[in-house]
Amino acid sequence: MKTGFYPGCSMKGSAREYSESLLAVARELNRELPEVPDWNCCGATAAHNLDPDLALALPARILAAAEKDGMDEVLVPCAACYSRLKVTRHELLEDEQLRQRISGLVEADYRGSTEVLNILEWLSRVPELEKHVKKPFQRKVACYYGCLLVRPAGIVKFDRPEDPQTMDLLMRKLGAEPIDWAFKTECCGAGFSVSRTDLVAKLSGHILEDAVSRGAEAVIVACPMCHLNLDMRRPNIEKRAGKKISIPVIYITQALGLAMGLPAKKLGLQRHKVAVKISAANAAAKDI
Amino acid sequence: MRSDPHVHAAGAALADLVLKKTGVDVARCYQCGKCSAGCPLAAEMDFPPSQIMHLLQLRDLPGFAEMALRSHTIWLCLTCEICFCRCPMELDIPKVMDALRHEALARGMVHPKAKDILAFHRAFLDSVRVTGRLFEMGQVVDYKLRSGHFLQDMLQAPWMFWVGKLHLLPERVRDRRALKRIFARTRRAGEKRP
Repeated sequence: MKTGFYPGCSMKGSAREYSESLLAVARELNRELPEVPDWNCCGATAAHNLDPDLALALPARILAAAEKDGMDEVLVPCAACYSRLKVTRHELLEDEQLRQRISGLVEADYRGSTEVLNILEWLSRVPELEKHVKKPFQRKVACYYGCLLVRPAGIVKFDRPEDPQTMDLLMRKLGAEPIDWAFKTECCGAGFSVSRTDLVAKLSGHILEDAVSRGAEAVIVACPMCHLNLDMRRPNIEKRAGKKISIPVIYITQALGLAMGLPAKKLGLQRHKVAVKISAANAAAKDI
Repeated sequence: MRSDPHVHAAGAALADLVLKKTGVDVARCYQCGKCSAGCPLAAEMDFPPSQIMHLLQLRDLPGFAEMALRSHTIWLCLTCEICFCRCPMELDIPKVMDALRHEALARGMVHPKAKDILAFHRAFLDSVRVTGRLFEMGQVVDYKLRSGHFLQDMLQAPWMFWVGKLHLLPERVRDRRALKRIFARTRRAGEKRP
């Protein structure tokens, strides 16, 4: 079984700590994650907003490259890239004529043997994850899935579309206490981070305020866009809310890394806008 | 719907085009309003999603289809998929929004308030066309030029650079020609890519 890795563009730039923490954790777990050869951008929101063919062609080239390399599956940790690859795979396999036309556009044939995997699926398959935990993450956490890991439900076929549990179960294994809350899969404002920052401040603000009011000490995410909006856009969120909101936003791979006892710097925690002043061990432990 | 007395003589209604491009038959929507109730940005929209569906259902009653194409709504839709998730008729409304955006672009009917959103998307694709991967720094500069918002996030960039999130040089795909060919082949009528 060969599992490839599609980092996507954000993990090479604004979300590099997601990549750093994933690779650090993978090393500890003895998992190899070779990158898809000469991968390109998936096109994200822009492509499907402006150009339907491009929206399928860009992911099709990635899938074809992974398939040609003999990868049985590709891990796509960015929820937005995951959605584009998963939707493209679905559409191409549903419609043979479309598949042939898109194959012609990208000069590569994707036959559908390579599956697309999200980060929660990949982590859930680690047998006895609990055994790797050295410093239990004894904190109340809000597991935030966002939109695209779980929707459209008929295509991604992963967990429940409005009250998913996979991340909650993973965090429980790390020793955390996931809270029950209302904004698990509400939208953070996604690709409007630059063009409509005002709307991101509003939507992301609602998410953080609910997490805080229910006693969460950290928000756990699995998507670079969610992290960007909840963490880097914090000044905009605070300005709109008219108050300080200091809850940190942590990638699931960083939480796992901390629980495994990996140093914070290796997990890229110093790159966050909102300081992560909690360590994996219990509240009495020294801040990192 | 074929026997609809309101079908415009000039040609197919927008609803037919939507059906052809997305497989969604808007006539199946019975206006329960769950999409509008769940939409995170309904309050910002000129027409909430269910009303967009209604405008399409009115077919070619003069002006209604155009109202949908000229709406701010279709550009505010974030494709969060909550409407599709909750629709009792399982109508893929985000896909309809995509089709309406493409049509609004082709007909030059983009809502004036959507100009920043469009500028961002175009700057994004510009970057990918040239390097094959998104170059965040290049995209932001491109966006500023397109939108005129030169001062926005002036302090964000140095901070991002400081913590190592912003690269000064782009990551590039080796086979950039292949990417350029894909972009050339998928170029659509009405969509200018300078």
